[in-house]
Amino acid sequence: MKEEVRLMKGNEAIAHAAIRYGCDGYFGYPITPQSEVLETLEELMPWETTGMVVLQAESEVAAINMVYGGAATGKAVMTSSSSPGVSLKQEGISYIAAASLPALILNVMRGGPGLGTIQPSQADYFQATKGGGHGDYHLIVLAPSTVQEMVDFVGLGFDLAFKYTNPAMILADGIVGQMMEKVVLPEQRPRRTEEEIRKQCPWAADGRKGDRKRNVITSLELESSRMEVINHQLQARYREIEKNETRWEEIDVEGADYLIVAFGTIARICDKARELAAEKGIKVGIVRPITLWPFPTDAIAKAAEGKKGILCVELNAGQMIEDVRLAVHDNLPVEHFGRLGGIIPSPEEVVVALEEKIINK
Amino acid sequence: MDIKDIICAENKVYAAPELLDQSVHMHYCPGCSHGVIHKLVAEVIAELGITERTVGVSPVGCAVFAYNYIDVDWIEAAHGRAPAVATAASRLWPENVLFTYQGDGDMSAIGTAESIHAANRGENIVMIFVNNAIYGMTGGQMAPTTLVGQKTATTPYGRRIDLNGHPLEITNLMAILDGTCYVTRQSVHTPAAVRKTKAALKKAFENAMAKKGTSVVEVVATCNSGWKMSPEKANEWMAENMFPKYPLGDLKNE
Repeated sequence: MKEEVRLMKGNEAIAHAAIRYGCDGYFGYPITPQSEVLETLEELMPWETTGMVVLQAESEVAAINMVYGGAATGKAVMTSSSSPGVSLKQEGISYIAAASLPALILNVMRGGPGLGTIQPSQADYFQATKGGGHGDYHLIVLAPSTVQEMVDFVGLGFDLAFKYTNPAMILADGIVGQMMEKVVLPEQRPRRTEEEIRKQCPWAADGRKGDRKRNVITSLELESSRMEVINHQLQARYREIEKNETRWEEIDVEGADYLIVAFGTIARICDKARELAAEKGIKVGIVRPITLWPFPTDAIAKAAEGKKGILCVELNAGQMIEDVRLAVHDNLPVEHFGRLGGIIPSPEEVVVALEEKIINK
Repeated sequence: MDIKDIICAENKVYAAPELLDQSVHMHYCPGCSHGVIHKLVAEVIAELGITERTVGVSPVGCAVFAYNYIDVDWIEAAHGRAPAVATAASRLWPENVLFTYQGDGDMSAIGTAESIHAANRGENIVMIFVNNAIYGMTGGQMAPTTLVGQKTATTPYGRRIDLNGHPLEITNLMAILDGTCYVTRQSVHTPAAVRKTKAALKKAFENAMAKKGTSVVEVVATCNSGWKMSPEKANEWMAENMFPKYPLGDLKNE
């Protein structure tokens, strides 16, 4: 398949992107608002073309453990779900991180807590960036703001996951999962051959060939001194990822008096708010974290220099704002504006919030 | 005749299986059935010539460290999830032979859904289910398969149906699923039983190689530490009390 321009939903685009990346396996369980990922894959039948395995599991728990099993054999495997389902996956995600396995997890966030709502939300920021499951670990967390980024982050997520043998998550909100946009689908990449997998993943449990020692994928170590070493190795990897892989976007930061920090599709609403504010003579710059972990701490600190205040706009009750405050050490006013329950703020609302919470305070 | 003439390769009638790693000490209690079952699994894999394409999935429970003993590739699963792990590893490497090794808690409590659904899909895997009616690793608590009246750390006065429900015969459930091709219940308490279990394991691995569907080999086993009995007494108690509830033999053989 050649590169192709299409109009499609973010969730559908994920399915196409996974096939075209050369993904080996997808394991999922239906949940709104992301079921189109599994539906699209089943419709496209990639097992007939690229050989990709697609399986509807009996639960989110089973699906993430299938991902664990597939990743343990060196294959490029993924799952997708939405907030309540991603909560169920946390045990498996912790095991995948602990065993240093590459995998891709998509969370198309809906409102919570509990069963919550099927409408969009960004309330899983804490869960995605601060662990989620038990133990000291991090996922590489990518936050797409466009359907194009949904596609691009499938490739980026897998590449980073394999580069660092660490699970990556695409943390999308329900808006980008459900909305249709023009998107460029990349050219089909061939799936890696078994030989290539063995070369790339000498640690994989894919059958002990010849003289090599047996490979054991496990997160268990009862000897405390060895377990501490394993923990330090994980932490060293996280520092390396922080150093190399922090990504963000800036719009009109230079010369602005105020900053808005927002991620995902909310950053696009804030960009419109920036235009509306400019019409009123208010100079606003935007910083959009693309990697939520590692968080662009230094970039935000730098962007905040000389500014009069920061408004964090999120579809939650104030989660990313904690990382923004840590970045700027509360050297300037940092306030939160967000809508809850699946309500999406208008650009006008954002401008009013900026005026009320920052400018006129 | 010199003793050296007697102790020679030609006269060798028994040796430790080549796939059983002799460099590590087994952590199992003396008298535990796991050691025998491990030995049989190691023998069967070697005899079938599938060492290079066999991947085991170990559980949470006493057998969590199975990967330390049998010299094939292993994936250590979260508690109860071994069949899901094996499902993906099997589908993604169709030439490989996947087996899970699970205890009664792993298979029939926390992992009931994964076990039933993997078997119902007919995954081409072997599920080895060691049923000793108790949680050995955590110190002897009640298992789903604990017998009525059996004393454990969490049923100190004996299992009561009104409080704890009935012992779960998950292997019988497995036998009625269309995805299973071979479901059997064996034990390893006598040399004859050991030979039968080995034959059952061999058939199960052959089924996986032939992609006939899911094979389930339950081994009714002793946990003399958890049961607080001598190994010999544990074998007697098992024959007397476990076998009536969990009768040995094939439940399905297609």
